[in-house]
Amino acid sequence: MSHLLLMPVLLPLLAGALLLLWPGLGLALQRVIGVIASLSLVVVGLQLLALAASGDYHLYALGNWAPPFGIVLVLDRLSALMLVLTAVLAAFCLLYACQGTDRLGMNFHALFQFQLLGVNGALLTGDLFNLFVFFEILLLASYALLLHGGSRARSRAGLHYVIINLVGSAVFVLALATLYGVAGTLNMADLALKVAAAPVSDRPLYLAAGVLLLVVFGIKAAILPLLFWLPRAYTAASAPVAALFAIMTKVGIYAILRVFWLVFGTGDDPLQVELLAWVWPLALATLLLGGLGALGSLSLRTLTAYLVILSVGILLATLTLASPQALAAALFYLVHSTLMTAVFFLMADLIGRQRDQGYDRFHVQAGMNNRWLMAGLFFVAAISMAGLPPFSGFISKVWILHSVYSLEQGFWLWAVILFAGLLVLVALSRGGSAWFWSSPACEKQRPLNPVELLLVVVLLSASGLLSLNAEPVMGWMLLTAEQLMEPGAYLQAHPKVAELLPGGVWK
Amino acid sequence: MGLFWIPLLPLLGTVVPLLSSRFGRSFLALFTAIPPLLALLLLLQLAPSVFNGEVIYQSFDWIPLAGLSLTFRLDGLALLFALLILGIGLLVILYARYYLSAKDNMGLFYAYLILFMTAMLGIVLSGNLIQLWLFWELTSISSFLLISFWSHKSEARKGARMALTITGAGGLALLAGLLLVGKIVGSFDLSVVLASGDLLRQHAAYPVVLVLVLLGAFTKSAQFPFHFWLPHAMAAPTPVSAYLHSATMVKAGIFLMARFYPVLAGTELWFLIVSMTGLITLLLGAYVALFKHDLKGLLAYSTISHLGLITLLLGMNTQLSTVAAVFHIINHAIFKASLFMAAGIIDHESGTRDMRRLNGLWKYMPHTATLAMVAAASMAGVPLLNGFLSKEMFFAETLDQVTLGSLSWMVPVLATLGAVFSVAYSARFIHDVFFNGEPVDLPKTPHEPPRYMKVPVEILVALCLLLGIFPGVIVGPLLALASTSVLGGELPYYSLSIWHGFNLPLLMSFLAMLGGLIIYHNRRHLFRFQSQFPEPDAKLIFEWLVQRLVRLCSAIIDKLENGSLQRYVFLLLLAALVLMAGPMIDLNATLGHQSSMPVDTVSLIGALLLAAGAIATVILNRRRLVSLLTLSVVGLIVSLAFARFSAPDLALTQLSVEVVTMILLLLALFFLPQSTPKESNPRRLVRDLSLAGLIGGVIGTINYAMITRPLDSISGFFLENSKTGGGGTNVVNVILVDFRGMDTFGEVAVLGIAALGIFKLIVHMRLYMPSTDGNGLPWSPDRHPMMLAIVSQSLLPLALLVSVYIFLRGHNQPGGGFIAGLITSVAIIQQYIAHGVDWIKERLRINYQWMVASGLLIAGLTGIGSWFFGRPFLTSWFDYFSLPWVGKFELASAMVFDLGVYLTVVGATLLILANLGKLTTSHSPAAKENN
Repeated sequence: MSHLLLMPVLLPLLAGALLLLWPGLGLALQRVIGVIASLSLVVVGLQLLALAASGDYHLYALGNWAPPFGIVLVLDRLSALMLVLTAVLAAFCLLYACQGTDRLGMNFHALFQFQLLGVNGALLTGDLFNLFVFFEILLLASYALLLHGGSRARSRAGLHYVIINLVGSAVFVLALATLYGVAGTLNMADLALKVAAAPVSDRPLYLAAGVLLLVVFGIKAAILPLLFWLPRAYTAASAPVAALFAIMTKVGIYAILRVFWLVFGTGDDPLQVELLAWVWPLALATLLLGGLGALGSLSLRTLTAYLVILSVGILLATLTLASPQALAAALFYLVHSTLMTAVFFLMADLIGRQRDQGYDRFHVQAGMNNRWLMAGLFFVAAISMAGLPPFSGFISKVWILHSVYSLEQGFWLWAVILFAGLLVLVALSRGGSAWFWSSPACEKQRPLNPVELLLVVVLLSASGLLSLNAEPVMGWMLLTAEQLMEPGAYLQAHPKVAELLPGGVWK
Repeated sequence: MGLFWIPLLPLLGTVVPLLSSRFGRSFLALFTAIPPLLALLLLLQLAPSVFNGEVIYQSFDWIPLAGLSLTFRLDGLALLFALLILGIGLLVILYARYYLSAKDNMGLFYAYLILFMTAMLGIVLSGNLIQLWLFWELTSISSFLLISFWSHKSEARKGARMALTITGAGGLALLAGLLLVGKIVGSFDLSVVLASGDLLRQHAAYPVVLVLVLLGAFTKSAQFPFHFWLPHAMAAPTPVSAYLHSATMVKAGIFLMARFYPVLAGTELWFLIVSMTGLITLLLGAYVALFKHDLKGLLAYSTISHLGLITLLLGMNTQLSTVAAVFHIINHAIFKASLFMAAGIIDHESGTRDMRRLNGLWKYMPHTATLAMVAAASMAGVPLLNGFLSKEMFFAETLDQVTLGSLSWMVPVLATLGAVFSVAYSARFIHDVFFNGEPVDLPKTPHEPPRYMKVPVEILVALCLLLGIFPGVIVGPLLALASTSVLGGELPYYSLSIWHGFNLPLLMSFLAMLGGLIIYHNRRHLFRFQSQFPEPDAKLIFEWLVQRLVRLCSAIIDKLENGSLQRYVFLLLLAALVLMAGPMIDLNATLGHQSSMPVDTVSLIGALLLAAGAIATVILNRRRLVSLLTLSVVGLIVSLAFARFSAPDLALTQLSVEVVTMILLLLALFFLPQSTPKESNPRRLVRDLSLAGLIGGVIGTINYAMITRPLDSISGFFLENSKTGGGGTNVVNVILVDFRGMDTFGEVAVLGIAALGIFKLIVHMRLYMPSTDGNGLPWSPDRHPMMLAIVSQSLLPLALLVSVYIFLRGHNQPGGGFIAGLITSVAIIQQYIAHGVDWIKERLRINYQWMVASGLLIAGLTGIGSWFFGRPFLTSWFDYFSLPWVGKFELASAMVFDLGVYLTVVGATLLILANLGKLTTSHSPAAKENN
């Protein structure tokens, strides 16, 4: 039997454990192990993408116990897409970190792998409690990575981050307990059947669990008013870590998609509608806050952090409109915004280190080495981020606006997206001109690491590539959206309890 | 050769100047000109078929899913604009060769310029709305780069930012408008859209579409009230002003209105918005232009005024006015480009553009002066020049319109007034610069420019004359062609002759001439009058507004994201509570059908203790050590509750977790203040207590509802299959290591990662060790009491034995790797407490990180082991064996997995505790001092 489906979880787990095995392991060897594991994840991800392309669901029953009794990993188009995105992003971040960031503290490589373990597990699992476990892995690994390099700001931001998320974990457990207490199962497919067939008297309890999950995923995804941990955490983290965190809010959104569209999205009168009614206004407010924050930011990293918030707002607002077109457009935007966020965090570091002082702060005037090269980089990245042509930002914005027009709420989304877009445009042009135009001559020659530059440029050109190959990508997104909106097939891919062999052994 | 080459050639051409910088400036300019020249030839080759009435059309699929395709479409209007863009563009390339100094990066300049040319060609040749918008934004971006080309100048930077913001905002409105058009029509294809005029005009969303599209057009074409960015864009090098800000980019807005004329015009609303905006802009621009002392400032406001004129013509909704608009587009582009170039020459050769200092240049540069004077005369509308013809048509049209009812007479009067000022500022341009005495204090002595710098101006001025004298021959067919495509059908009758006899428009022209000269002659009075008004600097106001906005945003963000963890957690819980309110209100029947167990004394006492412990923790929370003790009561009762309700495994786990946690907290407390200062004001106390109470109430209610409902869960399966499928009778343990082994694996990984994180956090931490406790009493000198040392040392083997026992029996009896691991940890920690870190370090040479890693690896490899039997990860195996003396016993793969769990738990716990303990001992500064 093929164990490919397990690889995104097993590879980082073993690599992480291996990296810890010899506490005195040299950095060079650590890098080799980490990079090999990370690149293998890209290969595995692509293979899984090919596997998922058939449109079937692929299941991997851990311990050979059939769902709903055992834990099952489920691959569909959405999870495959997210796995590839994570793997590609991680590869870039890790290679960037290998240029020196990993030297700033201990066990960077092991923690990096554990972070991937958490993300990949959360993307693959078909069991709600298992999702909780992977969320914990993700949380603690990210906490440790956030602290990497050590500083007052990092410790403080890390403390806020971990405490808020631990409160979130408590809420998660409450939600799970409620669900198990009413439904008696936590396998997502099984739970979906139970929720769909719930008697009227049980519906409020399911809904209560649902809103608690919304809070949990809302913390991860960074929805207003649960997002205040984000700006400082993302700003304090070292560049490759912040870039990797670009996927973290997306994992929260992925969980919302998975749980609200599957568990609460089946049946004639799904609870999803009531849950998403909450998401819509909050998402719009989040979007607006992101725009305001971007304009009010004093450094490029803070600005990027607010752009993350803005992207979360756009994504969730678009998602809630729940048409396949809108969903697909949102997924396209998800890929674009993840990559661009990473580009921005890495670029902030790259440019910041070329400056005489002030790092990435806008109001500090300082000389800059390689000024025009940096300016060109910033210019192209800013165009893509602001959604101007011809990069992927433009395509995704047009597609989102295009796909939500016919919907009632579309008007509001249009207004807010376009207004926030203008704020971002102003913010980026102000920031860029403060840096590149009015800077004094630089005092000291600073070397520019060509590998770092190359990594940022390649990652940035992914935005152009995404725009050039938009059609096939969009096709994939549409099929993904359709698959997501037809949860019936997901349920059918799971075995019926009655059909299992005695003892719950499966196949 | 295909149509798409026309924009593609310049696009490819953007790299030419970047690559050919090393060949010297002349060759650089020459090479740069080649791609646009080829594009122009190609255009001319395609022109005949367009004149035959064809619409050349070429389309490539790009992203059909989003309605995007690359479609190029050449009709009369597009042909006219493309000719202007390429023709004037080539002249500007030649001109810029001499204008730019050796210090400027010429290659970069040309690259930007050609990029801009591509963008403009893209706009006018687009056959798809979204594609049109794409190129539209590209013009904003490239013009941003061009305006800010001299980025060391503050006004260039601010001007560029302002232009980008205004046109960018307009661009977003336009995008919304175009998307709406696409949705209403059902296609983004221009040909389809142009055929759907009635559909659009009758649609309920027509006003919205119109306003959005016009916002795009007005911002781009600097129409009131968005006109203020254009004068500040004059900070750009003059070739840019000549090209972008007179001939082409600002005409993009006009082009947009002309392009959508067949589908959006013809309504009352169109007339009102477009013609009134145009009229205001016309008057405002003409009036302000007169007072500008800067040559380029004068030309900029004159441009605004002429753009207003064209807008007014387009707004009038008659066929003839539209023809006049198209005609004036051509004329204005020609004379204004030449005027800007002349202004650039003057600036270049005399060092200033200030008309108060530039006087009497006729003597120094008669050739240039002649050219500039002809162009300015054309701008003023002097007969025999092209400006005169379109102005005549304009006057005639203002007389014909009746839409304003009884106030219609005002339009021709105001139009004449505008023309009066137009004549006045043209006169000023001529008289002030070339005559009017001697130059005042010029930075350099003016002289004629290089020969070839004048060539572009000569060509344009020649065109002014040719067009003015032989309009029918030179421009007639092109005008007819372009007007046909704007009107989308029949052309009205019009005459392009110079002489129409004595009529009202001629009188208006005459009045304008006369009035203009009178005003110019008496300008001193007017200047004095105008000087009473403060002159607002749009740049300052704009910057101030943006800065206000930025500060406002900063303030909002600071207010919201204020760094208070208490606030964030409050918001989190509040959100949970608000979201829960709905379902809680809907929950009518809290009580389920499950019958409840009778309440017995033991449970009741336990529950009361639990509540008391919790409440005491809250009340005593500021005395940390005490509240820790009361908290441990809660933990203890929970363990007892597990035991009471038949969950011995949970009880054991909870108990050992409780012990380890307490040690950890005590260690942490050692470094922290012993009491929490009183920080909350009463209001906040009430707020927090209410929130906590409400949350507790809601959770309690849910719990009650849940446990009173009959549960049909999957746990029955676990009970049935634990022995047969998992090989153990302790169902809890089988669930942990088998049914849900992955969860356990994950959770021990969490423990390990947490340990690594804490280790990372404290490894370099050096904490001051207080020499006294919280009450000021010194610590006991006996840091490792002998009693404790001996007792704990002798307990160690026993404790380890217990943990082995607990571990081994785990599969069938309460116990298992997790609990055993905790017990081992506690036993070792006990040694640390009793003997100190250094003592242990000598005796126990185990690296805990290694232990965590090997535990994880053992568990992982056990899971992989099942692959060799063709089973998924973590599939368990067990069998029964018998050996002499030992008897029958069971071997299970789950035991190995559990060993991994055990090692990870021990490793992780000790990694945390031992390292926390280290902070207090030899590494702390206080201890060093003692040594």
